[in-house]
Amino acid sequence: MTWLLATPLVLPFLTAVAAFLLRTRPAGRWISVAGNAALLVASAVLMTHVLREGVIAGQMGGWGAPFGITLVADYLGAVMVVITAITALAVSVYALSDINDRKEHLGYHALFNVLIGGVAGAFLTGDLFNLYVWFEVMLISSFGLLILGGSKAQIDGGVKYVTLNLISTILFLSGIGLLYGMTGTLNMADLARTVPTLENQGLVTVVAMMFMVAFGVKAALFPLFFWLPAAYHTPAFSVSAIFAGLLTKVGVYALIRMFTLVFDGDVAFTHTILLWIACLTMVTGVLGAAAQNDIRKILSFHIISQIGYMILGLALMTPLALAGAVFYLVHHIVVKANLFLIGGVAERIAGSTDLARIGGLYKSAPLLAVLFLIPAFSLAGFPPLSGFWAKYILVAAALEVEGWIIAGVALAVGLLTIYSMTKIWAEAFWKAHPDGTEPVLARLTRAERAQLLLPIAGLAAMTLLIGFFPEPFVTFAETSAAQLLDPSAYVNAVLGGAE
Amino acid sequence: MDALLAITIGILVAASVYLMLARNVLRFIFGLVLISNAANLTIFTAGRLTEGAPPLIPAGADAPLGDVANALPQALVLTAIVIGFGLFAFALVLMFRAYTTLGTLYSDDMRIAEPREEVGK
Repeated sequence: MTWLLATPLVLPFLTAVAAFLLRTRPAGRWISVAGNAALLVASAVLMTHVLREGVIAGQMGGWGAPFGITLVADYLGAVMVVITAITALAVSVYALSDINDRKEHLGYHALFNVLIGGVAGAFLTGDLFNLYVWFEVMLISSFGLLILGGSKAQIDGGVKYVTLNLISTILFLSGIGLLYGMTGTLNMADLARTVPTLENQGLVTVVAMMFMVAFGVKAALFPLFFWLPAAYHTPAFSVSAIFAGLLTKVGVYALIRMFTLVFDGDVAFTHTILLWIACLTMVTGVLGAAAQNDIRKILSFHIISQIGYMILGLALMTPLALAGAVFYLVHHIVVKANLFLIGGVAERIAGSTDLARIGGLYKSAPLLAVLFLIPAFSLAGFPPLSGFWAKYILVAAALEVEGWIIAGVALAVGLLTIYSMTKIWAEAFWKAHPDGTEPVLARLTRAERAQLLLPIAGLAAMTLLIGFFPEPFVTFAETSAAQLLDPSAYVNAVLGGAE
Repeated sequence: MDALLAITIGILVAASVYLMLARNVLRFIFGLVLISNAANLTIFTAGRLTEGAPPLIPAGADAPLGDVANALPQALVLTAIVIGFGLFAFALVLMFRAYTTLGTLYSDDMRIAEPREEVGK
């Protein structure tokens, strides 16, 4: 079992080393593609095992739980690794044309693969301190990717991104220290067993709030999201896309994991706070987006509002709501990364991402327009695309617990999302280009067209697949939610049922 | 001993929050170093303190005899120090780059990525 869990972690790091050694040669970028393809295979194998056995766990270095470091894959962890691999593969193909030689020589592909390794590690670890280490791996490589190239805007955005994320890291670390002091363990399954037996539950809630703030910064929750719109529109489009797809979602994943597995003792308190935060996050994100006039800035604010939906699923804490959150996570990563990739192509052929300075994409590049419509409508929640089902499940879950206002907020935010998407459509695609030029796809070479559009088409196809055949995905999400709500399978897989 | 360390952590956090509230990002970074050390001390203290009891197993025995110091928090702190050092080194270089490219160390003046709306136009 151990190799099965360790392969998705080892592969990105091996790829990173090879890509770093060959960074000045064209082979370096293909190694990144090959490594991510291999990661996809490894994660798919892991997934088939998880589907067959429920939860699988492996103890690293032969130290039994709860003393050694445990790797665990349950439904949620496995699907997150698969979706990470899919996104990473798409972005690494896109990067073939998007990343210039200078950035490659500085080690773009190595940093990218270390980031993927960190993300995969965060999804698979069953140990709290190990989670912290994976967060740091992810963080330091994301710092590098963000400022690679060193433009003024990147450095400026980087300062805010780095400082705010470091504060969250320190809160996370203090929380770990205090939790260890109370329980004497860092294994998450062991924590799930030990925390409810503690005498001082008030102190547990205090520590829970430290974790909520720490992960809230990572997930860009209201009111801790300011680093995200400051930084996400500054780096290369490949970097924006992978950040938008994965980084905040690791925060969401950590919140879901900790607040279903460990901190589920005082749900009335913690999850009510989460509910308020979720609603405020949705609303501020979508209103922030409405005020922006740059494709990437609009999309950045939409990440925030979409995070609100996922946290809404966690906050309601019913089987249906958690299923909605899991479904939303999967759908959102694909759609959001894709929209950023499309923004990159729009900039390449039309010259900018500033909506006032571009236009005419529908007339000159109808293929790009169609490819934009799929994720954009999915993000807004048009039936029958994937976003519709994700929002439908969450709204149904809110109505189930008679949260009329919450359901209303979720629906209204969906409407405002359409407003932003139609704004991009009207400005970038519909109106004529202000310079009178025609932004045709033929401005790109044949190889560039293939490398830029293929990943976009692939991700769009996934959106359509989830949209038209939602049944297996919903069933999967429901099983995943059941595992989250009843962690006994998780705990038994890690601790082997041994007392 | 616990109380002494707790007070030290409190002072460190207070000083670092004061520094981090400054507009000068260099002061902010110094605050960050202090608070990360406060976090390290928190882990160390939370793992219970013992005096003069090294976690050594005598020759021939399988387990330590009697109470010994908890080695795990020290290992955790060591890891956190190493990671924190790396992050601090990066942050310091970033601030230096920010000073040379943006020409300022004041966060209020760093408005390249998010330009101020031009009021009244």
